[in-house]
Amino acid sequence: MTEEVAVLGAGMHPWGKWGRNFVEYGVAAAREALADAGLKWRDIGAIVGADTVRGGYPGHVAGATFAKALGWQGARVTSVYAACASGAQAIDAARAQILAGLADVVLVVGADAAPKGFFRPAGGDRPDDPDWLRFRILGATNPVYFGLYARRRMAEHSDTPDDFARVKVKNSAMGALNPRARYRSRVTAEEVAASAVVADPLRLLDICATSDGGAAVVLSSMEYARRHGQAEPVRILAVSTVTPRYPSTVLDLPDIATDSARAVEPPGETFRRSIARAAYEEAGLGPEDLSLAEVYDLSTALELQWYEDLGLCGEGEGVKLLRDGATALGGRIPVNVSGGLASFGEAVPAQAIAQVCELTRQLRGVAGDRQVPGARVGIAANQGLFGHGSAVIAVR
Amino acid sequence: MVTGWFAGEGNDFRLLGTRCSACASVFFPREDHHCRNPSCRGGELTEVPLSRRGRVWSYTDSRYPPPSPYVTDPELSWEPCAFIAVELEAERMVVLGQAAPGVTVADLAVGLEVEVVPGVLHEDAETTWMTWHWRPTGVTA
Ligand SMILES: [Zn+2]
Repeated sequence: MTEEVAVLGAGMHPWGKWGRNFVEYGVAAAREALADAGLKWRDIGAIVGADTVRGGYPGHVAGATFAKALGWQGARVTSVYAACASGAQAIDAARAQILAGLADVVLVVGADAAPKGFFRPAGGDRPDDPDWLRFRILGATNPVYFGLYARRRMAEHSDTPDDFARVKVKNSAMGALNPRARYRSRVTAEEVAASAVVADPLRLLDICATSDGGAAVVLSSMEYARRHGQAEPVRILAVSTVTPRYPSTVLDLPDIATDSARAVEPPGETFRRSIARAAYEEAGLGPEDLSLAEVYDLSTALELQWYEDLGLCGEGEGVKLLRDGATALGGRIPVNVSGGLASFGEAVPAQAIAQVCELTRQLRGVAGDRQVPGARVGIAANQGLFGHGSAVIAVR
Repeated sequence: MVTGWFAGEGNDFRLLGTRCSACASVFFPREDHHCRNPSCRGGELTEVPLSRRGRVWSYTDSRYPPPSPYVTDPELSWEPCAFIAVELEAERMVVLGQAAPGVTVADLAVGLEVEVVPGVLHEDAETTWMTWHWRPTGVTA
C-alpha cells in the first residue's frame, strides 16, 4: 500500500461537439479545478498534461500547452500519452511527484477535440503500426472489436441485445441528471432497438460517440491539504497502470491476433481483471468496499464485462446484476452514475480524469440529483490502446 | 504491404507466422526480430504456416464504410463486410480476418468451423492486393 494523495479540486468543461481548440476546454477545466481547490495557478508547483495529437506538429504535447495558455509561471511540466489511459497516467505521474517530494501540489489536465466519425490512425503509409494495419488490411474499426466482444458474450453467457440496450437506458437516465454530459435525454430500449446496426449485434445507441471535452484535478500531499484547511479531502489510494501479461489471449484493439498460448500457459486472469486487481491490492480494498464505479463503457456490452472484471459479480453474471438494478442509482453498486461514455462520448485524454472528477463529487456528497447516498469508496476503470491499464481508487 | 503474411494458392493457401526455436511460441503477424515470451532467452524465429482451419471465436460486421487507410471504391455502394475471429487449436491463438465475400453474420455461429482462403483486398488498374479471408468449411464460392 502506497501513501495517499489528496484531491483538492476537480473541474470540467462540458462535453459536446463544440468545434473549438482542445486548449480552450483544458484551460476552462483547469480554472474550475483551481477555483474548486481554492488555489491560484501561481500556487501550482507542477502541471501534468494528458496528451492529444496536435495537428501540424509530429508529436503529442499538452502539459506545456496548458501551462502557456494559463500563463508561463515556471512550474515543473510533464506530458503523458497513453491513449485512453492518458488521464490515469497523468494522475499517476502527478501522484509520483507528490509522493517523491518533488512537488506539493500538481495540476492535472486532459482535453481533446475529437475528429468526426470513426477514430482512425494518422495518415501516411505505416505498415509497422498495428493500428494502421488493422484499418488498412481489414477495415476493422473500434466498433468491430466491440461487436466481437458483444457477440462473444451472447455465445458464452446468453446475453441478449435487449440486455445491452438496458445498459444504455440506465446510463442515459443518469446522464440526464448530469449538467456536464453531452447527451441529456433519457433513452428507451425501443429507441436503442430502432437505431441502426453499426457492428452486429451492436447498434448506434450501444456505442459511445466521439466528443470534445476537458477535465482537470488538483492533487496535493496530505500535509499540503491540511495546511490549506482541508482536513478530510477526497484521497487517491491507488492508481493502476499495469500492462497485460504474456500470452494475452483475448483479442484486443488494435491487434489482428492474440498471443499464442502454445508455449506458455495463459495467466489466470484477463488484462482488464488484472487492472482491477492491481488497484484493489494497492488500495488494500476489495470490490465489496465500493460505493460506486465509473467504468469505460465504450459499448453497452463492454460495461457488463467490467462488472465481472471488477469483481462486482461472478463471471457471466453481469446481466443479472444489471437486471436486478444493482448498478442503477439507488442500487447496491451504482455504475456510471455520471452517465458514462454513453452520455459523454470519448474525449480521449480527458475521460479518465473526468471519471476521477465524478468520483470526487460523489465522495464529497455534492453530486446533486445523481448523488450515491453515503458514498465512501469509488473506483474508476479504463483501458488504453496498446496495453495501457488504468484504474483509480478514491476514498473519503 | 504485408509481405510474408500468407502464401500459396487454392487448398495450399496458408497464413504464415513465425516460431521461436527456443520456446516454440508462435507469432502472427510474424515476429522476425525478438521472441515476445518474457521468460524466453530468445531463439531464432523461423517461418511457420498456421493451421488452415479453426473455429469461430466471435464474429461481427461493419455496416458503415471504414475510414482510410482502408481503401473503398467510392463509385460502389458499401456492402456490409463480415469479420470473423478464429480460434486456431494447434496454435492456441485467435486470428481476425474478413469473411469471404457473400458470407454474412447470418451464416455464422460461435464454434463453427472455418478455413482460410485467399481473397482480394483491393485492386486498381495496375495492382491487385491480396489478403486472407475466413470461410465456413463446406461452402464453396
Ligand atoms: Zn521464445
